[in-house]
Amino acid sequence: MSAPRFADLGWHAAGALAVVYALLPVVWIVSLSVKPAADLGDRRLLPRRVTFEHYRAIFDDAQFPAALVNSIGIASIATLLAVTLAAMAAYAIVRLDFRGKSLVLGAALTIAMFPGIAIIGPLFEIWRRVGLFDTWAGLVIPYLTFALPLAIWMLTAYFRELPWELERAARIDGATRLQAFVHVIVPLAAPGVFTAAILVFIFAWNDFLFAMALTSTDRARTVPAAIAFFTGASRFELPTGSIAAASVVVTVPLLAIVLAFQRRIIAGLTAGAVKG
Amino acid sequence: MSERPALPQRGPARAARAETRLGWWLCAPAIVAMLAVTAVPIAYAVWLSLFRHDLRFPAERAFVGLSNYASILGSEVWWQALSNTALITVASVSVELVLGFALAFVMHRATIGRRIVRAAVLLPYAIVSVVAALAWRFAFDPATGFADALLAHDGAWLAARPTALAVIVAAEIWKTTPFVALLLLAGLTLVPRQLLDAARVDGAGAAQRFVRITLPLMKRAVLVAVLFRTLDAFRIFDMVFVLTRGAQDTETVAIVAYDTLIVRLNLGLGSAVSVLIFGCVVAIAWALVRGFGALPAGPETERR
Repeated sequence: MSAPRFADLGWHAAGALAVVYALLPVVWIVSLSVKPAADLGDRRLLPRRVTFEHYRAIFDDAQFPAALVNSIGIASIATLLAVTLAAMAAYAIVRLDFRGKSLVLGAALTIAMFPGIAIIGPLFEIWRRVGLFDTWAGLVIPYLTFALPLAIWMLTAYFRELPWELERAARIDGATRLQAFVHVIVPLAAPGVFTAAILVFIFAWNDFLFAMALTSTDRARTVPAAIAFFTGASRFELPTGSIAAASVVVTVPLLAIVLAFQRRIIAGLTAGAVKG
Repeated sequence: MSERPALPQRGPARAARAETRLGWWLCAPAIVAMLAVTAVPIAYAVWLSLFRHDLRFPAERAFVGLSNYASILGSEVWWQALSNTALITVASVSVELVLGFALAFVMHRATIGRRIVRAAVLLPYAIVSVVAALAWRFAFDPATGFADALLAHDGAWLAARPTALAVIVAAEIWKTTPFVALLLLAGLTLVPRQLLDAARVDGAGAAQRFVRITLPLMKRAVLVAVLFRTLDAFRIFDMVFVLTRGAQDTETVAIVAYDTLIVRLNLGLGSAVSVLIFGCVVAIAWALVRGFGALPAGPETERR
């Protein structure tokens, strides 16, 4: 009996190690954000004294709140659009019999592998000509494009599992295709759509490359790019405390969402990836 | 899909055509959104790459054929960046696979505390990669960091190429192992318990069970993880940008493209770099899919 228990102990130790490993950089950035300026150089993992001066500083500055508004707005719009278009496509793929559905899935697979870096030059050039450079729309469009594959796959996998007989029953009872969809299927599909929305939001919130290449001012610059510009602001003395505080502000809401919905997010992330 | 609801009798051919049309209408917006921002710009990049086109000297725009490619392929910077990128990709993806398997086993086997481990594993995924990169940068900074004290190594990690690359790879591994682990965990749960128990009874050791039973059954999950992580690591940008900004010869191909296009505004040369990166990605994807002998077809897989 003692041998398996000993093995269990090993698994627990490994689990604890994984937790510490995952948490360490997070603890560190939080710690930096609450260290008083004088203690930033003490090279200690945990702060000796706690202050919120850095948080006050970033919100007193105009740059960070503007970037926060841009990030929230752009990521929300991109999420809404991506989930809507993906849900339409996924519904068609799962429920309708038409040639070309493999084309849609194939296109999604290809886009998922497509390197964004390969198109920032043309986008930069085109956006400047058509007036999309440094605007919300200029970032929403590429985020929509690159979030769609994930959303389409996730929703297709999710929709496949839905009890579609209910839709047929509603139609036999006289509902139109649209009515059956809105009143029967939408409520059932909502959890999957919600998960897709979280993943798309995280993707848009996280992006750095497009934000750096396609914005130039507070008009559309999102938080990741804004933080990088804090970094560049003074060459010799990094505003470490402010950067850490800004980092915590953009991280905490996302962490809260992810932890609250972890089961669904894991299911969504691995949707259909392993089943044949 | 076959249990189509009873449509009003209009003849099966017409109904089928109507269904096809509806299908296309529903998919069209997504297809347009995906292709308009990828296929069109990449074609435009190919076109731009054939010109001398520097936004700082617009008057000098001229068709130069393939000479942009010639100057890139003849430059030290490109090959340095390509070898850095290859090094980072191979190092991070292979470590991630090993760590990912370890984590997947921990999550699979742990009886209590499984939820805590799973939550912790999700943390790096949810953290903005710029923030993750900054955390690592501050940790290894000689002035503010705790890493020097912890690792009993006094030195400026990011000021020398080998250590800077090591930090980049470590940060990349930290950030993306969760994705690999979760994919592999999903694969692990598909391996039938009875099969493993039967093999154990027949005297197969743990290593044998893993290689002969678990791995083959997980081939697909492993392919998806390796394919997507490799392509993702190959275009690494955020981590390098924040950690070294390409200094100490740690430039990656994405950094070279960004600097040429957005910083130096050389659209012609930069587009040629972009097209080369695109070509590399296509080649890697083709080679991996060929190598595994299976395409992840259907509504599967995902990107980070």
